[in-house]
Amino acid sequence: MNLTLKVWRQRDAQDEGHFVTYPAHDISEDMSFLEMLDVVNEGLITKGEEPIAFDSDCREGICGTCSLVINGRAHGGQRATTACQLHMRHFSDGQTITIEPWRARPFPVVRDLIVDRGAFDRVIQSGGYISASTGGTPDANTLPVGKPTADMAMDAAQCIGCGACVAACKNASAMLFVAAKVSHLGMLPQGAVEKDARVLSMVRAMDEEGFGNCTVTGACEAVCPKEIGLDFISRLNRDYLSAVAKSTC
Amino acid sequence: MNIYKAIFLSSLGKKYIMGVTGLALFGFVIGHMLGNLQIFLGPEKINAYGALLKSMPKLLWMARLGLLACVGLHLWAAIQLVRQNRKARPSAYKVVDHSGSSFASRTMIWSGLIVLAFIIFHLFDFTITPEYTGKDSEGRHDIFRMVVLGFSNPLSAGWYIFANALLCFHLSHGVKSLFQSLGLSSGKWRGWFNTLAISVAWLVFVGNASIPVAVLLGFGKEALK
Amino acid sequence: MMKLDSNIPSGPLASKWERHKFDLKLVNPANKRKFEIIVVGSGLAGASAAATLAELGYKVSCFCYQDSPRRAHSIAAQGGINAAKNYQNDGDSVHRLFYDTIKGGDFRAREANVHRLAEVSRNIIDQCVAQGVPFAREYSGYLANRSFGGAQVSRTFYARGQTGQQLLLGAYQALSRQISLGNVRMFPRTELQDLVLVDGHAKGVVMRNLVNGEISSHAGDAVILATGGYSPVFYLSTNAVGCNVTAAWRAHKRGAAFANPCYTQIHPTCIPVSGDHQSKLTLMSESLRNDGRVWVPGKKDDSRRPGEVPESERDYFLERKYPSFGNLAPRDIASRAAKEVCDDGRGVGPGGLGVFLDFADSINRLGEGAVRERYGNLFDMYQRITGENAYTQPMRIFPAPHYTMGGLWVDYNLMSSIPGLFVLGEANFSDHGANRLGASALMQGLADGYFVIPYTIGHYFASHSQKRPSVSHDAFKGVEAEVHAKIEKLLSVKGKRTTRSMHWELGRLVWEKCGMARHKEGLEEAIQRIPELREAFWNEVSVPGGANELNVSLEQASRVADFMEFGELLCRDALKREESCGGHFRTEHQTEDGEALRNDRDFSHVSAWEYQGKDSPPKMHKESLHYEEVKMTQRSYK
Repeated sequence: MNLTLKVWRQRDAQDEGHFVTYPAHDISEDMSFLEMLDVVNEGLITKGEEPIAFDSDCREGICGTCSLVINGRAHGGQRATTACQLHMRHFSDGQTITIEPWRARPFPVVRDLIVDRGAFDRVIQSGGYISASTGGTPDANTLPVGKPTADMAMDAAQCIGCGACVAACKNASAMLFVAAKVSHLGMLPQGAVEKDARVLSMVRAMDEEGFGNCTVTGACEAVCPKEIGLDFISRLNRDYLSAVAKSTC
Repeated sequence: MNIYKAIFLSSLGKKYIMGVTGLALFGFVIGHMLGNLQIFLGPEKINAYGALLKSMPKLLWMARLGLLACVGLHLWAAIQLVRQNRKARPSAYKVVDHSGSSFASRTMIWSGLIVLAFIIFHLFDFTITPEYTGKDSEGRHDIFRMVVLGFSNPLSAGWYIFANALLCFHLSHGVKSLFQSLGLSSGKWRGWFNTLAISVAWLVFVGNASIPVAVLLGFGKEALK
Repeated sequence: MMKLDSNIPSGPLASKWERHKFDLKLVNPANKRKFEIIVVGSGLAGASAAATLAELGYKVSCFCYQDSPRRAHSIAAQGGINAAKNYQNDGDSVHRLFYDTIKGGDFRAREANVHRLAEVSRNIIDQCVAQGVPFAREYSGYLANRSFGGAQVSRTFYARGQTGQQLLLGAYQALSRQISLGNVRMFPRTELQDLVLVDGHAKGVVMRNLVNGEISSHAGDAVILATGGYSPVFYLSTNAVGCNVTAAWRAHKRGAAFANPCYTQIHPTCIPVSGDHQSKLTLMSESLRNDGRVWVPGKKDDSRRPGEVPESERDYFLERKYPSFGNLAPRDIASRAAKEVCDDGRGVGPGGLGVFLDFADSINRLGEGAVRERYGNLFDMYQRITGENAYTQPMRIFPAPHYTMGGLWVDYNLMSSIPGLFVLGEANFSDHGANRLGASALMQGLADGYFVIPYTIGHYFASHSQKRPSVSHDAFKGVEAEVHAKIEKLLSVKGKRTTRSMHWELGRLVWEKCGMARHKEGLEEAIQRIPELREAFWNEVSVPGGANELNVSLEQASRVADFMEFGELLCRDALKREESCGGHFRTEHQTEDGEALRNDRDFSHVSAWEYQGKDSPPKMHKESLHYEEVKMTQRSYK
C-alpha cells in the first residue's frame, strides 16, 4: 500500500518544529509501524537526507521506548499495543497518517519524535522502590502473599513507563504511571513498611515535574499498552489521603 | 507532613477539595430540586416552604455561607488545577482523537463556568433582586406566582432548561469522579458510581426542567388570574 | 603475551566459593567511598551491580545508551529465573542445578563458576522478593514454579510472561534509590566509544552523549562492562535493535580476550520471518513448550490447513526423537530438530520456514481459561504480529538468534584479561558453556551483579595500588582523539548505501554460514567475504547528519562497523572448533542419527582470542577445562 505521512520534525529542544510530508511507498501490511518508518528512512538516507529520528529498542512491546502519537492516538490506538507492535494491516491504502511526539512540558522534545522522559525516572527516584539493600533478606517464602494480591500487584507492576498515559491525557497527567508504582509496591507486604512515605514523596515529585492532574477522562487507560486501569488511580488517591491523615494525627 | 501543604498545594489535595465541595454542592442541588418540586403541590405548599426557610435566618445564613464557601473553594481549586493542566501541555497536538474519553469529562471547566454564571443570574433573578415581590393571601412571599410569571417568558424558561442541562452534564461526570478522587472507586464500585452519576444527572435534569416546561405548557396559569 | 589465569580456588567444588569469599581481601567501609567504579550497561547485571556497589559505599557512575536504565533489553526476557530452592520438593538441589547447567552447556563451562551460580541462585529469589518483584504465587500465598527446557524439576520462578521486566524493574528501583542518595551518577543516552588503559589497567572510558554528540572522558578505579551479547551480528535476532557488541569489541581491541564467540544460541520458539522489511524477530517464551506440542506434517509440501491434517499424519518430532524430554528438549536440540524438518521440506507457513506449536490438547485438557491465564499475553502478542488466533489454530514458530554464550573472557572473579576491567552478565562467557538453559540468563545476570562482583571487586582494589588517573591524563586525550577521528571517518564516507542494508547483508551471510549449522567450507567463505563487506562498508556507507547532534544514523553505523569486524572473529572461532557442542553444530561432526558429536580430547577448552591489530589475524589461547566433579558424558535427552 501507499501512504502519506505528516511527520513532526524538530532539530532540537530549542527549535520550533514543523510538519513535513513524506510519501511511503510499497508498504506491506505485515510491517510494523516502526518498520514502515525504517523504510521511509532508508529512502531518506539514500538521498543523503537526515532520517526521521524516533525512539525504539526492543520492538516487542515491553521496553517502553517507542513513543509516537499516530493520528491523535498515543501508540496508534489499537488495544494493548505499543507503536512497535502496531502493524500496518490496521491502515488502508492511500491513508494520510499524522505522526507527532509525546507532547507534555515534563517530556521536552529532544529531536523530531524523540522526547526526554527523565521526569519518570526522577519520580521513581523520589521513592518508587523498597529500600531493601542486597543481602540479609529472609527466605522468599517467609511472607506468603495471597494470590489475588500478588496478581493485582503484577497488574500494576506491568507498567512499561512509556508515557502514553501522559501523552493521551488532556492534562498531561502522570497519575496512571505514579498510581501503578505506588499500588504495585504498596499492595505487597514487603512494600507496606514505606507505603505512606512513598506515596507522599512520589506525588510531590510528580507535581514538581510539572505534570497535570487527573480529570478522570479515562484517556490514559484507553491507550495504556498494558491496560493498567483507573482503579489504580483511585487507590493512589486513597493511599495519599490515608498517608496525609496518618501523618497529621 | 504539613496538612495544609499536602492538601492545598498538591494536585491530589486539590482534587479532594473539588470532590468534597462537589459532594456538598451536589447535595444542595438535590435538596433544592426537592424543595422546588413542591410547586406541583400548589401555591400553599411552596409558599409555606419559603416562609419556613425564612423563619430560620441563622440556619439559612449558615447554609448560604457554607454553600458560598463550597462554591468558592470548588472554583478556586478548579482554576488552580486548570492552570496546572494548561502549563503541562504547552504545545497542542495537531490531530487529537478523543475516542478514549467522554465529552463531559473534557469540558468540565466550561460546563462548570457556565453553570456558575447561571447561578449568579439565578440568585439575582429569584433571591437577591426578584422582579416580583408580591405577597400571597397569608402575607408570605408569593413564590408560586413569581416562578410562574418568570417561566411564562419562553426565553427565560429556555435559558433555565439549557443551564440545567449543562449542570446535569457537569454532574454526570462530576459525581462519578468525586468518588474516584476520594479513592472510593474501584472494582465493582466503579460501575455502581458510574450508573449513579448518570442516573442522578438525568433525575436532576428532569426534576428541575419539569417546572419551566410545565409552566410553558400552561401549569399555574389559573393562579395568576 | 596474554596470560589467562582462571583463578579458580582450590578445594572441594562445593566449598570453593565460601572459601574464596574468605580469602578475598576486603576494603575498609570508610575507604570504599574513595573508589569510583564505572558501570557500562544498566540491564540486570549492570543495574544490580551498580546498585549493590553503591549500597556498599563505592561511588558509581552508570552509563546506558537507552533513555532510561529501565529499558535495557533484560526487560524482554519472558519465561523465568531458575533457583535451586526445591520449594516443590521434587528433588532439586544446588548440585542438581549445577549439574543441569553443566550438562545443558554441553560440558564446556567452568565447573567452579557454575557451582557458584547454582549456590547464589537461592539468594537471588530472596533478594527479588524483598524488592517487591511480584512473582507468581499459589493460592497458599507461597511462590509458584514452572518447569523449563533441559530440567526435570520445577525450579523456575516467574512473573507471568514478563519475568525479565519485573526483575529488571527491581534492580532499576534499587539503582534509583542509590541515584537519589547520590551514590550513583546515572548517564542515560550515552554510549561507550572506547576503554582507557593506564599502565595496563582499565582506568576509564570515553563516552559519547547521544543527545548532543559530546565526547567525554570518565576516570574510575575499575570499569565494569555489562553490555549484553552480540546476537545482532545476525542482523535479525530477538535482541533489541540497539543491542550491540561495541563495548565488548572495543575492550577486546584494547586487550581483553574474547572467549568462545562461536557459542551462539538459537531460540526454538520465535515468530517466523514475514519479509525482508523485518527489523527484529519476536520470541515466544520457551515456557509455551510446557503446554504446546511441536509438530509438522508427516509428508513433504503438505498444503492442508493444520486442522485438516489427521493425528496419524502428524510428526510430533520432538516427542518422537526425545521421548523423555519431549517438547522440553533443550534449546539447541529443539532448534536443530526444527531446522531438520524444514530442510526436509516439511516446514509450514510462508517459505516453509516454520513448525507448528499446537495448544489444542492443552486447551481440551485444561480449558481455554487456564491456557489464557498462563500464556494470555503471549497469545495476544502472537496475534498482534501475525494476525492469527492461536487459541483456534496452532502457532507457527521458527528458531532465531537469541543469546550468546560467548563473550569477553573473565576469571573466577569476573575480571577480564585486562586488570581492572570486569565483565558481567551476557557480555562475559563464563557460566553457560556451549548452550544456555532457559531461565538461566536472568539468574546469571543477577548472580554476577548482586552476589559476585561486590565481593571480587574489593579484592582487586585491595590488591593493587594503581591510583585513579585524572581525565586530563594523556591516555584519555589520546583515546578521545582516536574516537573523534573514527566518527569523522564514518561521516566523511558519504556513500550511497544505508547502514541497515549493509548490516542486513552481513547478518544474512553470518546466519547462512555460521548459524544453526556450520561447516568448514562455509566458514572459510565467510572469513573471506566479511573483510570484503567491511571494506565496502567503509567505502559505500551513507551517514547523514553531523557529529555534534542526536544522530541515529551515526549510532547505527558505529555499531555496525564493529559487527563487521566481530563477525569475522565469530566465524574464525567456529572454524577452529572442529567438534559439535551445544549451540555450535559443525555438520562434519555429528553422530549417525544427527546429534552433536563432541570431541572432548581435543576441544575441552575455552578458546580465548587475542586481538593482534587490524592487519593480523587474532591469536587463540586455550584455557583447559578440568572437570573434578562431573563426568563428561554424551549429552542425551532421549
